[in-house]
Amino acid sequence: MNSISDTSAVRARRVAKRLRRRHWAERRFRLYGLTAVLLSVGFMVFLFANIIGKGYRAFEQTYIRVDINYAEELIDPNGTRLAQDLADGNYQGVIKASMRAQFPDVVERSEQRKLYGLLSESAERALKDHVVGNPGLIGHSDSVWLLADDHIDLLVKGEISTEAAEEDRRVDDQEIKWMAALTAGHRVERHFNWSFFTEGDSREPEQAGILGAVKGSLFALLITIGLSFPIGVAAALYLEEFARRDHFTDVIEVNINNLAAVPSIVFGILGLSVFIQFFGLPRSSPLVGGLVLTLMTLPTIIISSRAALKAVPPSIRQAAFGIGASRVQMVLHHVLPLALPGMLTGAIIGMARALGETAPLLMIGMVSFVADVPTNLSSAATALPVQVYLWSSSAEQAFVERTSAAIMVLLAFLLTMNLLAVILRNRFERRW
Amino acid sequence: MTTNSIQVTAAPDHSLPGEPVETRTVGQISVQQPVLSARAVNIFYGAKQAIKDINLDIGLHSVTALIGPSGCGKSTFLRSMNRMNDTIPGARMTGRITLDGEDIYSGDQDVVQLRARVGMVFQQPNPFPKSIYENVAYGPRIHGLAVTRADLDVIVQSSLQKAGLWSEVKDRLSHPGTGLSGGQQQRLCIARAMAVDPEVILMDEPCSALDPVATARIEDLIDELRDKYTIVIVTHNMQQAARVSQRTAYFHMGELIEVGATNQIFTNPGHRLTEDYITGRFG
Amino acid sequence: MLTSTLLLILIGCSVAMYFVGRSRSIALVGGRSGISKLNSLPGHYGLWVAAWCLLPALAIVLAWNALGHRLIVSAVVSQASSVTAPMSPGQRSLLLSDIQNVEDGTVPLALASPSVKAAAFELRRLEQLSHSAVAVLALCVMLLAGGLTWHRLSPTVRARHAVEKVFRVGLAACSTLAIFITIGIVASVLFEALRFFHLVPVTDFLFGTQWSPQMAIRADQVGSSGAFGAVPLFLGTLVISVVAMGVSIPIGLFAAIYLAEYANRRVRAIAKPLLELLAGIPTVVYGFFAALTVGPLLVNFGRVIGVAVAPESGLAAGLVMGVMIIPFVSSLADDMITAVPKALRDGSLALGATRSETIRKVVLRAALPGIAGGVLLAVSRAIGETMIVVMAAGLTGTMTANPFRSVTTVTVQIVQLLVGDSEFDSPKTLAAFALGLVLFAATLALNFIALVIVRKYREQYQ
Repeated sequence: MNSISDTSAVRARRVAKRLRRRHWAERRFRLYGLTAVLLSVGFMVFLFANIIGKGYRAFEQTYIRVDINYAEELIDPNGTRLAQDLADGNYQGVIKASMRAQFPDVVERSEQRKLYGLLSESAERALKDHVVGNPGLIGHSDSVWLLADDHIDLLVKGEISTEAAEEDRRVDDQEIKWMAALTAGHRVERHFNWSFFTEGDSREPEQAGILGAVKGSLFALLITIGLSFPIGVAAALYLEEFARRDHFTDVIEVNINNLAAVPSIVFGILGLSVFIQFFGLPRSSPLVGGLVLTLMTLPTIIISSRAALKAVPPSIRQAAFGIGASRVQMVLHHVLPLALPGMLTGAIIGMARALGETAPLLMIGMVSFVADVPTNLSSAATALPVQVYLWSSSAEQAFVERTSAAIMVLLAFLLTMNLLAVILRNRFERRW
Repeated sequence: MTTNSIQVTAAPDHSLPGEPVETRTVGQISVQQPVLSARAVNIFYGAKQAIKDINLDIGLHSVTALIGPSGCGKSTFLRSMNRMNDTIPGARMTGRITLDGEDIYSGDQDVVQLRARVGMVFQQPNPFPKSIYENVAYGPRIHGLAVTRADLDVIVQSSLQKAGLWSEVKDRLSHPGTGLSGGQQQRLCIARAMAVDPEVILMDEPCSALDPVATARIEDLIDELRDKYTIVIVTHNMQQAARVSQRTAYFHMGELIEVGATNQIFTNPGHRLTEDYITGRFG
Repeated sequence: MLTSTLLLILIGCSVAMYFVGRSRSIALVGGRSGISKLNSLPGHYGLWVAAWCLLPALAIVLAWNALGHRLIVSAVVSQASSVTAPMSPGQRSLLLSDIQNVEDGTVPLALASPSVKAAAFELRRLEQLSHSAVAVLALCVMLLAGGLTWHRLSPTVRARHAVEKVFRVGLAACSTLAIFITIGIVASVLFEALRFFHLVPVTDFLFGTQWSPQMAIRADQVGSSGAFGAVPLFLGTLVISVVAMGVSIPIGLFAAIYLAEYANRRVRAIAKPLLELLAGIPTVVYGFFAALTVGPLLVNFGRVIGVAVAPESGLAAGLVMGVMIIPFVSSLADDMITAVPKALRDGSLALGATRSETIRKVVLRAALPGIAGGVLLAVSRAIGETMIVVMAAGLTGTMTANPFRSVTTVTVQIVQLLVGDSEFDSPKTLAAFALGLVLFAATLALNFIALVIVRKYREQYQ
């Protein structure tokens, strides 16, 4: 009973012949997709692991315990015990004497200098603060933990290979021997690196911190959020709720969409010639940085605010009009409150992007070395990502771990902001 | 996996096609030469049961109409016959559907091969964003049915001729298929389905998006195609069912209420629900 | 008086005037019970008075803050320069910076020449004078406008209408800011670029094959302190962009396809946010990674397989940039793929096509214009990307298409030329603006085309 036509049989044979190959192609295609996803995720894991692996050690610093003899003739030769006299004391001399006492067999001048170099230059300042706070120490002895120099820090953290030839490493055999002796005497410890969060930039890696950069970023972002959110929301309200659709609004719309895709460095050039050259605002200041970031984030905020407004159903508007509200009242009392969470989410994401932005800030000069922590909107400052850039271009090996640590801080900020946006969205998102 | 010898063979199973089975359906569910036969088919979307215990045979070279109020499960049942429900996440099926005696849901049934044998035409005409020629050639190409370009030309031409579209489009085969009128698009989709030379063509309300003139053309076409193809058509237009089909199955709330010869169903329904629907008391 | 104090006073006064206006409107109709006789709500009257109080005065203060300083400086400089012989623009700006340095104390008074010292004093005097003048003017205007409005206040005034009009105009002004930003960008790059093209012919810039802005090769000619042929930069940008797109298009596209068409909900829920995270990483981080990890890795890898790879190769920058753009490509492609109607997929599957055949021959085919638009946007991103190339690519313009060698890009050179010194007249600095113009024009063109394509595509399936 051959009820099906012969052509069908032929067709069935042909289909069957190719099936295996087609299913292989299917599997291969699927595999490509999976590979692509895994590659992207794998790359990210690699990136994070790489940064964390390089940077986690920067959160600890090496300290050396030194037995200090607070000799009065060096610290307070006049015996006044007044704070300003104590501040002028020769603490360097005190430290040097103590180091010599620690290693009495080091007599040669150059050797001694190397010995003093085990400690950071900031040790002197730390000791001074210690003595000014406790004048009673003068004439006595006590042991103090003092910050080690960055190359010693690297040695203790194992980042300098002692296997390498002596002339290829930054720490010579002599220094290694001293450190071994100090370690054996329980005089070397690693403590949490508070100063990384409380100090400004420094040429000396062991003294450099990110507070200045964080404050610079904070100031700039304050300006950015303060300007771009209200302006962006206002523009979105106008385009979505008030403007008639005509050529003019079309031009604005095309403009906004294009601006959202303009490279950030172009905004930097704009900031340089408009804010600095034309309006004469202070170069390198968070004020100008914030203004440039405002212009840059504005299109994104307008676009996301418009999306939030679009998501409010027309029935709400009709209901408000139906009871005699004016358009402004309808928008302010009904549409805006409903769209606000969405707008805020967009604004936070925009701020996160602004926080990570570097190129436009280079253009307006926020890239110079600034040791002082900025105090106001017009003092010279850097920003956190710019600090990353500055440190990454430094030749000092010890800055590598600091750069990575600064990146970790930056990423932590960004993650927090994005998380905040996600929480906000989940909490207030409404489905109509 | 059976690759050829397509004939009606009795599968070694206790619910043979054509054998009486226990069912609440009014009328004769089995036919002389069943191509497709469904036994105890249940389909679930997640927790919701869309199809309840359906038993139905589809006869060779005839048109079977599935009618019933919307949401009655007729489209779901139709889509289960070429396993299009597989593409819906959460869809689950129990029971058996056999094509020429082979279980189409068995593990070794290749769904690609199945769909080459059971084609489908959808409610909305859905030509690909390609030329008219490429739309029709798509199926033969992926299945490797044409060895040479000339073979392909022949297939495309004969498919378009069978769909009654050839004279209208033969001068613009390279134009996009989306540029045709709605009725032409739907005939293009039928031609596209026929180009693979399937045994069965499933049609899911093929005329619901078309105007009356285009509908009439498609109905004529279905009538012509009956000689060579087995057609199952879902419709909620009762006149259409009466015009084009030889057998009609009435679905209600996921159940197959009644099945029988079309003229008998429309003149002398055996079940009160069928009668209510036919006479327009609901629908 | 400091501007901020002045602003605070203005705002404080208008807040006070809000309450004054409100209560007066209530008083005019004989207390709260008569509110229905008012044309608008009492609050509207308050806002109306406050707006009249604040806005004109605010306009004066802002206008003076924006332009006053420039006016004074140019007046002082022209006065100071009229004493001496006629000056070139360069000398003029030098004099200006001298005066300003003395004025703000960067340069000690003792070191300044008498004329500069006098000018600096004059500058300071004028600044202080103008500050007080503006403060007085603003306060007067505020009192005048506030008083007049208060006087005109009556129950028939359509205060709500007026306030809403101000509101509406304010909103409209905010939305036109986008246009001003564009104008600002064009103006800031165009004028300086035109000055540059006076010194270096456009054709030399666009078609010259030697780029060495630091070196003087023809010292005898004015403005020829270096060679400004930008082709090596364009080529370098192209090399890096091609590498980047070579990474991001296949990976981004396939990732989007996998997530949209194959992955189950759980995988999607994990992978999508991870991809978004990749997009949220600042470019400076990518740059650091490219320069410190990928660069050396490639050098070592090249050594193993016997290919000389420069430490600052275009490959390293391009690869990392490609990774940065993956989420961009994948999210755009995802949008485009999910916009393809299910009916088309069903049509193909019902003919017996496998999933991959459906995707390749129907879905991608249908989504092609949209994806092409997305890719163009991604290219525009790649050529405008700055930090990765600044940190990982080279500094010298090499005429090469070899990604293993060190190449430089347009953005790198803009940063090189503009960071640090601010002498605005040297061709070196001006060249940066010319490059900025090219960059802006190129990305604008790409974006424009891309956005038109994407919009057309979206409309097709709506």
